[in-house]
Amino acid sequence: MPVPETYLSSDEIASRIPDGALIGVPKEDGGVSMEITRALIRREARDLRLLTVPVSSIQADMLIGAGCLAEIETSGVSMGEFGYAPSFRRAVENGDIVIRDATCPAIYAELQASEKGTPFMPLRGILGSDILANRPDWKTIENPMAEGHNDPVVVLPAIRPDFGIFHARYGDAYGNVWVGARRECVLLAHASARALVTVEEIWNGNLMEDDRMLAGTVPPIYVDAVAYAPRGAWPLSLPGCYERDSEHLKAYVLAAKSADGFAAYIDRHVFAKKASG
Amino acid sequence: MEYSREELLICAVARMLDGCRNIAVGTASPIPGSAALLVQALSDGAARASILGSNIHNPFNDGGPELFDRAGQGRVDAFFLGGGQIDGEGNINLVSAGPYPQPDTRFPGSFGSGYLYFSVPRVILFREEHSRRVFVDKVDFISAPGWSPPDVHRPGGPYALITSLCIFMYDKERHRFRLDGLLPGATLEEVRDNTGFDFDCPNDIGPVPPPEPERLILIRSRIAGEIAETYPEFSRTRLGWHG
Repeated sequence: MPVPETYLSSDEIASRIPDGALIGVPKEDGGVSMEITRALIRREARDLRLLTVPVSSIQADMLIGAGCLAEIETSGVSMGEFGYAPSFRRAVENGDIVIRDATCPAIYAELQASEKGTPFMPLRGILGSDILANRPDWKTIENPMAEGHNDPVVVLPAIRPDFGIFHARYGDAYGNVWVGARRECVLLAHASARALVTVEEIWNGNLMEDDRMLAGTVPPIYVDAVAYAPRGAWPLSLPGCYERDSEHLKAYVLAAKSADGFAAYIDRHVFAKKASG
Repeated sequence: MEYSREELLICAVARMLDGCRNIAVGTASPIPGSAALLVQALSDGAARASILGSNIHNPFNDGGPELFDRAGQGRVDAFFLGGGQIDGEGNINLVSAGPYPQPDTRFPGSFGSGYLYFSVPRVILFREEHSRRVFVDKVDFISAPGWSPPDVHRPGGPYALITSLCIFMYDKERHRFRLDGLLPGATLEEVRDNTGFDFDCPNDIGPVPPPEPERLILIRSRIAGEIAETYPEFSRTRLGWHG
C-alpha cells in the first residue's frame, strides 16, 4: 500500500509539538511511538511535561537524558528486568526534573475525567499515602452519597494533555488509526486536545467501514496527524507484530549509566539515522 | 523428594492463595505467577490466574484500567507487591530512600500499589533482599500504608511477606508482622540481625513446610510449561522445563 499523501514524517510531527507542551504516552507494551520520541530529541525539544499512562521505560528515560523534559507525572519509570532507568534516576536524585508521583489507576482516572469533560474523578485508595501528601492538586472530600458515616474519598483533577502520542498497528488513507486492544491509547486520544500517531502498516480500505476493525479504531476527529513509521516502536514491542529488542534494551541501560555513554547512544541511534531497525 | 528453593516458595505461596478465586500477578513475578497457575490447576476451574505479560493466562482485554477496575469492584482476591523499603506496620515504599522529592536513591515509583493495597484482600509482599536497608523501622515514603483508620473504606491490605530468609504473616488487628517460618539455611538470629523492625515470633518457630509431593510433580510438568510462556528462562533454569 502506498503511504497516504496526508501523512507527515515523524520529524514533521515532532515540529508540531512546541516546547513546554504537556504530552501523554502509553506504557511500554501499549504502542509507544519511539519514532516520535527520537524525532523530539532530534529537534532538541525543551521543557516538555510528560504524562506516562501510567508508567514508562526507555521512552521517558531517553527524553529525560536528552534534556527534553522539565516535568514528569508518572506511576513508575523502570527498565523492568533490565534494571533501573538510569537517566530518570539520575535526574530525580539531582533535582533536575520536577516529579509528580502518582499511582496507576489515578492517572487513568485523571484522563477519564478529561474524556468526560468533568472536573474531577473520585478514586478509592491513596488515603494516608505520601503520594497524596505530595500532590496538592489531589483533594480529599467526604463521599456525598454516604449516609450516617464518614467516608473520605480522593478526587483527582481532569488532565488534558496537549498531545497524546502513540504508535498504532494500522493507519488508513482516511485518517483512521487502529490500536486494537490498546484501550489506553483510545483513552489517551479521547482525553487529549489532539493525538499524534505513527503507524506500523498502511491498511487497505477504510478502518471505520470494517466491522472487525471498528472497535479498535481511533477516528480522525481525535487524530491530528499520522506518520508512517515501520518498526516505529523499536526497541519496544508492538503486540501482535514484533517482540521487544532485549539485547538493545540491555545495551541501552548500560550506556545510559554515564552521560558520555548516553550521548554516544543518542548520536548513534537518534541522530545518525532517522529510522532504525 | 528433593526440591529447589523456588519450588518450596511456589508451594508456600500457593497455600496463601487457598480459597482465592481471582489471582492477579504483576510484572517480574515468576514465583507468584507459578503459584497462581498451580492454584488454578488444582482448583478444577474455580480459581483463575491472570499473569501480566501472558497472552494465554490473561482474562483481560480492555486495556490498562481493567485490572484496577476489577480490583475496585472487589473481584481480585490476591495480588503481589514489592518495595524498596517495607516497615513493621506494613507500610511500603516504592518511591525513594532519603528526603523526598530529591532523594539519595530513587526507585521506579509506586505503580498500582497506592490503589491495589487498599482494594485487594490478600496482598502478598515479595522481597528477596532481606536486609536492614529494605526492612526498616519506618519507611521514608509511604507509597501505600499498611493499615488505615476505621473510617477509610479498605477491604484490602497486606497478608504476608516473603523474603530470602523467611515468611512473615501480617496481623491486621495489631498492624504487625509475625514470623511464620524459616527458609532452608536461615536462622532466627539471622532474621533478627537483618530486620530493622520489631516483629512477633512464636516460641516454636520452624521451617517453612516442604512442598506437597503431588504438587511438586504438577509444578514440574504442567506449571513449568504454563509459566514458560511468560518466563521461559525461569522455567528452564529453576523448574527444569525442556520445552
